[in-house]
Amino acid sequence: MVKWLEGIGNDEDVVVSTRLRLARNLANYRFPNFMTDDEAEALTDEILNGMKDNVYDVPYKFYRIRDLSDIERSVFVEKHLISPNLAKKLDGGSFLIRNDERATVMINEEDHIRIQVLMPGLNFEEGWEISSKIDDSIEGKVEYAYHEKFGYLTSCPTNVGTGLRASVMVHLPCISMTGHINSIIEGLTKIGLTVRGIYGEGTKASGYLFQISNQTTLGESEEDIIKKLNRVVQEIISRERSTRAYMLDKRNHQMEDMIFRSFGILKYGRIISSAEAMNHLSNVKLGCDLGMIDYIKPKDIIKLMIKIQPASLQKTVNRDLTYEERDMYRAELIRKKIRSLEG
Amino acid sequence: MLCDKCNKNTATIHFTKIINNHVEERHLCETCAKENNYLDFTFEVPFSFEKLFTGLIDSMPEDSGKRRVVACPKCGLTYKKFQEVGKFGCAKCYEVFERNISSLLKGIHGHNTHQGKVPINTKDKIVQKKAIESLKLELEKSIEKEDFERAAYLRDEINRLKEKLGEI
Repeated sequence: MVKWLEGIGNDEDVVVSTRLRLARNLANYRFPNFMTDDEAEALTDEILNGMKDNVYDVPYKFYRIRDLSDIERSVFVEKHLISPNLAKKLDGGSFLIRNDERATVMINEEDHIRIQVLMPGLNFEEGWEISSKIDDSIEGKVEYAYHEKFGYLTSCPTNVGTGLRASVMVHLPCISMTGHINSIIEGLTKIGLTVRGIYGEGTKASGYLFQISNQTTLGESEEDIIKKLNRVVQEIISRERSTRAYMLDKRNHQMEDMIFRSFGILKYGRIISSAEAMNHLSNVKLGCDLGMIDYIKPKDIIKLMIKIQPASLQKTVNRDLTYEERDMYRAELIRKKIRSLEG
Repeated sequence: MLCDKCNKNTATIHFTKIINNHVEERHLCETCAKENNYLDFTFEVPFSFEKLFTGLIDSMPEDSGKRRVVACPKCGLTYKKFQEVGKFGCAKCYEVFERNISSLLKGIHGHNTHQGKVPINTKDKIVQKKAIESLKLELEKSIEKEDFERAAYLRDEINRLKEKLGEI
């Protein structure tokens, strides 16, 4: 189950999700990388205490990284609920997760506090409102590290200022297939935005899914950062849509052939790697968005993209799998899921 | 495709390593990959972003003539250590190395002054600090004008605000 994807978002044919992340630190503690275990423990208590009355508007659940198994930790990462970096913090890392999975408060990642809000589709406004409220309620109880000139202080100087990293995950199959993606990535870099793969820094794009986010955090207000990103994303959405329309018009048979071949492989394949599966799922999602496969919801394909990741897959069968077994179980899971979606 | 190493099993793990434009491809079977510790890479970041901007720091002019090593009194971090790791140790570091940091931030973000949200507690403090500054100016003027009654009032007012800020 990927709860945070539930509900209807804006522009979901192109935008899978919107994410806002705020980095915060407490004034009286050393930053996580310089902390002793005792300090980490005291800090965790202080943050948990600070959030008790305020943030628990919707129920939250608390997890310590060290109490989770390897697979459980990776499942949280694959569902985008915690960062890969937090999953490695066996000594002092922990997190609070809201029951609807839309908000996570990570403790002792690179910074003392990382607030993350995830929304389906394009929705910066609501995402910012939720994250800012969580921020305010924590601030009511603790003393934040803040500098009059530099703003919110963070362990890494690349996050200082607003501490805000706003991003969208977009599905750009047609811009990618026509090769226009490279010039877009270049253009975005020039205006201070970054493009990454779906699991963050250093990961490769797979299934034509890309993450676009602001690169700098100092000197522009949160509203300005979000406004700029929003404008750019709107532009990318309209380009992807017009490219889709163009390809449907000029290359209708080839498009149909590509989409239904992929559908066939997913429906009948017996061994499939995650890279191959991502590629075909991306094509099928495009088919759903274009109305060629109208009985499957595109969001079900997105959920399946998460379910076939290595840890999520092993969680389903409840044991470690070898690479070869994984590819077999993955194919089986996809076949079953598609059959159930077809009703 | 067979495994590069044992040449027996099918290669299921494929790597592309790019170091200084030198591309190296490896195709291994699961057993050989495990033996060679190639499997622990799931979410590993292959290149460190910190190194990129610590490069930026290195190229910055150092304070001339200052040979004394300054360390942060709260966490013990020296600027040299920061240059190595690219991370600060605590909030105090930002005060201790303020001068270096100002130009470093300008290099990274294109700006060095924060715009946007301010913690509510801090906002009050900043307003009060500014009020104290302007009262001090007024105090100096009234002393020049020998308006001692006004000066006494201003002095008390400044002390009252300072007390509120916890500076006295």
